[in-house]
Amino acid sequence: MANRTVAIEIKRQASPDSPSVWEKFELEWRPGMNVISAMMEIAANPVTADGRPTTPITYDSNCLEEICGSCAMRINGKARMACSALVDNLEQPIRVEPLSKFPLVRDLQVDRSVLFENLMAVKAWVPVDGTYDLGSGPRVFPQQQEANYPLSNCISCTCCMEVCPQFNEATGFVGAATIAQVKLFNNHPTGKVFKEERLRALAGDGGIQECGFAQNCVEACPKQIPLTDAISDISRDVLIQKAKDLLRT
Amino acid sequence: MAASPRIIVVGGGLAGLAAVIKIAEAGGTVDLFSIVPVKRSHSVCAQGGINAAKNLKGEGDTTDQHFDDTIYGGDFLANQTPVKAMCEAAPAIIDLLDRMGVPFNRTPEGLLDFRRFGGTLYHRTAFAGATTGQQLLYALDEQVRRYEAEGKVKKYEGWEFLSAIIDSKGVARGITALDLRSMELRAFPADAIIMATGGNGALFGKSTNSVACTGSAQAALYQQGAFYANGEFIQVHPTCIPGEDKLRLMSESARGEGGRVWVPRTAGDPRPVKQIPESERWYFLEEWYPKYGNLVPRDVATRAIHKVVYEHGLGLDGQPMVYLDLTHIDRETLNRKLEGILEIYEKFVGDDPRDVPMKIFPGMHYTMGGLWVDFNQMTNIPGIFAAGECEYQYHGANRLGANSLVSCIFGGFVSGPNALRYAKNLPAAEGDGGAAAELTRQTEINHKLISNEGTENPFKLWRELGQTMTEHATVIRYNKGLKLADQKIVDLLARYKKVNLADKSQWANTSFAFARQLKNMLELSRVVVQGALLRDESRGAHYKPDFPDRDDEKFLKTTKAAFAGEGAGPRFEYEDVDTQFIKPRPRRYDATK
Repeated sequence: MANRTVAIEIKRQASPDSPSVWEKFELEWRPGMNVISAMMEIAANPVTADGRPTTPITYDSNCLEEICGSCAMRINGKARMACSALVDNLEQPIRVEPLSKFPLVRDLQVDRSVLFENLMAVKAWVPVDGTYDLGSGPRVFPQQQEANYPLSNCISCTCCMEVCPQFNEATGFVGAATIAQVKLFNNHPTGKVFKEERLRALAGDGGIQECGFAQNCVEACPKQIPLTDAISDISRDVLIQKAKDLLRT
Repeated sequence: MAASPRIIVVGGGLAGLAAVIKIAEAGGTVDLFSIVPVKRSHSVCAQGGINAAKNLKGEGDTTDQHFDDTIYGGDFLANQTPVKAMCEAAPAIIDLLDRMGVPFNRTPEGLLDFRRFGGTLYHRTAFAGATTGQQLLYALDEQVRRYEAEGKVKKYEGWEFLSAIIDSKGVARGITALDLRSMELRAFPADAIIMATGGNGALFGKSTNSVACTGSAQAALYQQGAFYANGEFIQVHPTCIPGEDKLRLMSESARGEGGRVWVPRTAGDPRPVKQIPESERWYFLEEWYPKYGNLVPRDVATRAIHKVVYEHGLGLDGQPMVYLDLTHIDRETLNRKLEGILEIYEKFVGDDPRDVPMKIFPGMHYTMGGLWVDFNQMTNIPGIFAAGECEYQYHGANRLGANSLVSCIFGGFVSGPNALRYAKNLPAAEGDGGAAAELTRQTEINHKLISNEGTENPFKLWRELGQTMTEHATVIRYNKGLKLADQKIVDLLARYKKVNLADKSQWANTSFAFARQLKNMLELSRVVVQGALLRDESRGAHYKPDFPDRDDEKFLKTTKAAFAGEGAGPRFEYEDVDTQFIKPRPRRYDATK
C-alpha cells in the first residue's frame, strides 16, 4: 500500500471573466479520504502533479456532513456533495468541476442565491402571529409528520436544479427544490393560509409548467426527497387554482 | 438618542436568527452578517433534540428539575440566574418552534414526542428525527426571510466580521467586515452589535464543528478588550466517527433510543462482532453507572471510553474505538427516530448500523466557554452583546445534550430586545465613532498579510496547532503538557509572522481569509491552554489526573481572560459564581444525585 496515490483533476477559473483551465494533482492516498479532504491537502501543499506551484482551491463548504448544502459540485460529471464523495468509491482521475447552471465566482464556487430568492417569492414560511407565548402548536398526527419531514430535509444544495434540463435562462424555471417547499408549507395547518398565493406564484412563466418530467432531480437529490411526487401534486394544485381563478374573473 | 437604531447581528445560526426575529418583531431593523448563507450555518449539525420540561410523559418533570440537571451536569460552574430563566422559558420555546412548523416527531395522539438524553432521567428532549438542529434552523431562517421580504432585515452573506469599531470612550459603534468575494473591507456603523458566531472547534484541527467554527470573531474581540470566560472548558463528545477532514458526530440520541456502548472483554477478540456472546461483551457504562447507564453526561462517557481504551487496552482492533450498538432495536423504529444519523454513518463509513455495531471514538464537540457576558447578554464592551455557543453563560463546566439548541434560541431571544433597548438609549457617536481609525488598522493588517514574504503555509501551521491542542487540551490534561502546548503556540505565533500566501489575488481568496482567522485562533488557543493550566482541579469536562477532585474553595469561579497585548497573551482574573438557588454538591453519576 506504500505510496498509493490519488489522481484528481480540478477545473480552475480565477474569476468570472477568466478562462478556465484544468489542473492535475497527485495526492498521497489516505483511508476515508473524500473530495474535501483532498482539497484540504492541496491547500496545505498547493503544488500540481507536474510540480508547479499553484493556489489553494476556492470552494464552498461548511458542515462536511451533507446537511448544510454548501459543497455541491460536479464530480466525475455528477452533481453531488463533495463531502460525501469518498475517494475510494470514485473512478480516477477524479474530475471535479463547478456546478454549470449558476454564475461562477471562482474555481468551484458558484452563486446559488437564486434558490433563496425563489423561496422568498413563494413565501416559504409559516406566518406565525408572534414569538410570544401563544400556547402549543396545531395538533399533527404522526402520519402527517412523516409525510412532511422528508420535504423539510431539503438542504438547498441545488443539485436538483443543476441536473434539470429545463432549469436555464430561457425558461426561468424555479426548479424542484422550491416546488417541494411549496408542498411542505401548503401542507402545514397554518402555512396553508398562503396556499393560493404560492400556487399563483408557480402558475406563470418559469413556474411549474416548465417542468419537462425528465426526473433527473429526484435521482440527483442527496436527501432522497420525493421531488417528482411534489411536482405532480403541486402541478395538480396549480391547475385547480388556475381554474378557480378563471371562474372567479 | 437614536430614533431608529441600527443593530448588527454577526452570525446566522440559531442564536443570531433568534435575535434578529425578536428585533424585527419589535419594529427594529437589522443588518445580518454571516460567512456562509445563514441557512448553511453550523446549527444544522445538531441532531438529537432540544430540551424542555414539558412533562408530557407523566413523569412529573418540572423546569426546576431541568434547571437542577443543567447546573449539576455543568458541575456548578454556571451562574444560576440565567440558567434558571432558560429552563423556565424552554417549554414556550418548543411551542413557538412547533407553531413555526418544525416537524417534531409526534405521539399517536398528535402531541409532541419526547426522548431521553444524557444527564437526566426524564423524557425531556423534543426532536425532529435525528436532524433537529437543521429543522430548527430552517424554521428561524424562514421567519427571517419573511422579515427580509418586509425590508426589516438586510443580509450580508459572504461577509466576515473582522473587528469592532470602538470609540474613544470604549463604546462599540459598529464593525469592520470583509467581503469574502470582492475582498472589500468596509466599516458598518451600528448602535448595538450582537455576536452569535458559534464555537471554536477549529482550534483543535479536527472536531465535529463546521468549517466556519473558528472562534475567530470572539478572538478578535478578546484582543480588542472583551473578556473571554471559561475558555478551558471544551466538551469532547464520546461518540464520533473519525474522518480525514473532520470528526462526524454520532448523536447522543442513538443512546437515548437505547444504543449500548461496549467492547469485547478480550483484547483483539478475532470473532465477527455479531458472534461475540453477551457474556463476553463489556457494557462498561452500564456496569459503572447503573442508574444512568449509557446516558451519563458526555464528559463522564468520554473519560470512561478513554479509560477502557488506554488503561484497559480494550480498544477495537487495537485502535482507540469502541462499539455503539443499535442492532438490538428493530429497523422500523430506528428509521423513524434516527434515520438522519444512521445515514451519516452509512454514507461515510460504508456499514449499515442497523446490522453492524458502529465504531466510535470521542472528539472535540462543544465550546462551553466564550465571550463573557452579563445577565443581559452584554459583553464588557458596551454595545456588544453575545448569544449562543460564542458566549459562556449556560453550560458551566459541561453541557448536557440537547441543551445547546435551547440555550442558543434563549440567548438570542434575550439579547435581541436588550440590544434594541440599549441602542435606543445610546447617545450619538462623536464624529465617526472611530470607524476611520479602525478601517486604517484593518487595512494595514490586510496589506501586511497579503504582501508578506516568508515560507510558512497557514494551513500547515493550523494542522500543527490542532495536533497540539488535541493532544494536550482535550480529555486528559497535565500541567506539563499544557505548558508544552502553550510554548508550541508561541512558536506558531512566531512562525505566523513568516506566513506566505500562495494566493495573493484580490478575489475570493480563501487562503487570505483563513490566514486572518488563524492568527485569532492562535491567540484564543493560549486562553484555552493557560486557563486549563491555572485551574488545578477537575470539574466537568476539565480533567486533571494530578488534581482529580473538584475544589470549590479555590475554583468555584468563572475564569476571565483579558488580552495583555501582542506577545504577552492572556492575563487572568476570577469571578464568583452565582449559586443562590442550588447549593453545590458532589457530582456523581454512579449513584442517584
